[in-house]
Amino acid sequence: MDGKTNEILEKYPKGSRESLIPILQDIQEVYGYLSEQAVVEVGRYLDLPSGKIYGLATFYNQFRFKPLGQYHICLCHGTSCHVTGAEDVRKELEKKLRISPGETTRDGQFSLELTACMGACHLSPVIKINGNYHTRVKPGEVRDIIDACIEERED
Amino acid sequence: MENRTHIPIKKDYLVDNVLLNESVDLPADVEKMMRLLRREKVRHPAVFVGTASSGMISGAGDTLEEIRRYLDERNIRADVVETGSTGYSSMEPVVEVQMPGKTRVAFRSVTAGKVSFVLDGIFNSIITEEHVLGQHRDGSLEVWKDVPFIDELPFFLLQQRNLLRNWGRISPLSIEEYIATGGYRSYVKTIRSYTHEEVCDIVEKSGLQGRGGGGFLTGKKWKVAQSAVADQRYLLCNADESDPGGYANRAMIESDPHRLLEGVMIAAYAIGTSRAFIYIRNDYRTAIERLEYAISQAREFGLLGHNVYSSGFNIEITVRKGPGAFVCGEETAMISSLEGKRGMPRPKPPYPAVSGLFGKPTVVNNVETLSNIPAIFEKGPDWFMSMGNESARGTKILVLSGRIVNQGIIEVPLGTPVKEIIFGAGEGIPDKKSFKAVQIGGPSGGFLTAENIDTPYDFSSLAGEGVYTGSGGMVVLDEGCCIIDTVKYFMDFIQKESCGKCIPCREGTRRMLEVYENITRRPVDANGHTTLERFKGVMQLESLAGVISDTSLCGLGQKAPNPVTSSLRHFRSDYEEHIFDRQCSAGVCKELRLFQIDVDKCTGCTVCAPKCPESAIIGTRHHPFFIVEEKCTGCGICYDVCKFSAIFVK
Repeated sequence: MDGKTNEILEKYPKGSRESLIPILQDIQEVYGYLSEQAVVEVGRYLDLPSGKIYGLATFYNQFRFKPLGQYHICLCHGTSCHVTGAEDVRKELEKKLRISPGETTRDGQFSLELTACMGACHLSPVIKINGNYHTRVKPGEVRDIIDACIEERED
Repeated sequence: MENRTHIPIKKDYLVDNVLLNESVDLPADVEKMMRLLRREKVRHPAVFVGTASSGMISGAGDTLEEIRRYLDERNIRADVVETGSTGYSSMEPVVEVQMPGKTRVAFRSVTAGKVSFVLDGIFNSIITEEHVLGQHRDGSLEVWKDVPFIDELPFFLLQQRNLLRNWGRISPLSIEEYIATGGYRSYVKTIRSYTHEEVCDIVEKSGLQGRGGGGFLTGKKWKVAQSAVADQRYLLCNADESDPGGYANRAMIESDPHRLLEGVMIAAYAIGTSRAFIYIRNDYRTAIERLEYAISQAREFGLLGHNVYSSGFNIEITVRKGPGAFVCGEETAMISSLEGKRGMPRPKPPYPAVSGLFGKPTVVNNVETLSNIPAIFEKGPDWFMSMGNESARGTKILVLSGRIVNQGIIEVPLGTPVKEIIFGAGEGIPDKKSFKAVQIGGPSGGFLTAENIDTPYDFSSLAGEGVYTGSGGMVVLDEGCCIIDTVKYFMDFIQKESCGKCIPCREGTRRMLEVYENITRRPVDANGHTTLERFKGVMQLESLAGVISDTSLCGLGQKAPNPVTSSLRHFRSDYEEHIFDRQCSAGVCKELRLFQIDVDKCTGCTVCAPKCPESAIIGTRHHPFFIVEEKCTGCGICYDVCKFSAIFVK
């Protein structure tokens, strides 16, 4: 068993259902996703079947079951971004990366996610790559942004 | 995170002289100290940078770094303060400077590159018109010449900033500065001199309604929970927001977290509980950090914990991170989520105020509702009653976005006509385009058009027009936006976020989305039959909308068809255009586009023809090509590959 999972579990009282979400959030914070092993561990600790935990985790948008890419791309999909052309940006991203939102590329370099409003409607459409924001993104710029990431990685 | 006070002031001094002082006006020497804390009177220049999320995305982080570097390089002694947002998002990053003896000046769009220019200027008492936003009003300080007052700018003119009064003014990371603006005094006074019932009475008397969209009297809700017999009660603050196009609650927490905490504390006292939760969306990292920091400061000051200031009142506030589900904004769904279950709503009654979290009486209030509480106790319920109109009291925070000149967050008295908000504070539509509609209240809301834009912004007047206020989002659409596409977007959102408990909402919204996908998709073979199918879909939309709203359990489902019914009411011609003419005059619905080749520009290079997935492009080399309209699906591939811009949308 992984020490870190244990450490997280010990912070919460044993068998308390209401701690389930905070535990899963802490695990995802450390590992970036929920592995099958971690879910089983949590189930054992809280005395819950893993099916129940998956049932809960798949309900919420936050939880992921696959590791994130090295570059995690979040595209804001709020109303303002939509009316200023986020849909075209999304299509361009999908075309360039060959993945749909919620997926990670096979080489593990990129993952794509649609997020709720990021709170920068005046700069829409907005994408966030590992904490760096790109604002007023035009579909034509998507290629350059991704290429810049690839170049940066190769350097 | 460190941003404590700039003047060495002891915690005990603030507690004894300010918090525990029951007189309305503070003694002169204490007031002088408060002015220093509020940085209205400074010995050295102070530079303020708005670092809420919207500012950071605009580049405030780099600006901040550049300012620090600038001051270090030139050995200038000045305070650098991180403040919240001013609300004026389209002017961000906003930097304000307070020079000794002069009024405070705000500068707009100060990106890192402009820092040295702006600071060079102000330190030499020169203000260039190019970057200045305006100066704040302060009777005791010298005014800058030829600089407009900030409250006279159109964006601020209409506003009545009570909840936003500290925005961009004080550091959200400093409890001392919040106390210096009069903060926490109402809380201490309340727990020391009022009974639980009296607190509920005052809030009820003020006429404060829930700001989450329900419009229920807050004081009444508290009374129900307060009078219920139980060994434990709970207070939940709904900070999950997550409305597309609404970020007011997040900005409130990032800019003035102590105001919310004070509201939570007073509300907890009113219903007689010692346990309060703030349920905030996990994505709001900055807001969570600032909120947790604010809680730790409040604990340090003895405002939280056991037997607060010998009043016998115990209070503990816990931040719980919402793992991201739109439906958790519904109170019973949020309760399920806090209990560690899927966030699914349950039937009401019993209302949460009677049986909520773990079966105990629970009050669920929105961030904005609770943030209103401190001022009601500071200035009295009559003051609160004096704002707004007959049907709704107080002010409302709105988020202006979309195709509008001034974007950002504003606070206006309830009852202000929507037209004044958009064309006054928002200064209308950019690029000389014409106004088409305003979408109010996110996915549960509806549209107002040029005809009914005079409607006052309050809960009942808007409901009369079929619009629910929701989170206060206002997305302005101009002639270049397609209503059908916008509604399709909302249905896609709702359909994904439906929790799946009620079949009409789960399946109905998906069918609605399909109808919208059908009418925005161009039929491959154009015959009369498909036209009829498309028409039929719309006929069913109306009855489906009725069924979904009648048979769904929670607010999300009941209000899910609102964008549909509202758009059908006002934009019938847009529907007809999409269905019969198969055209989208705004040019947004791509598949309805018809492409044509300009014979003068086409060189017959043959690049497009092999790329066409439908083989709709025919012709011979070196002669202009031709697109067969019946075969074309409007995919736009030819348009993208043409090097001579010979292909255009008809």
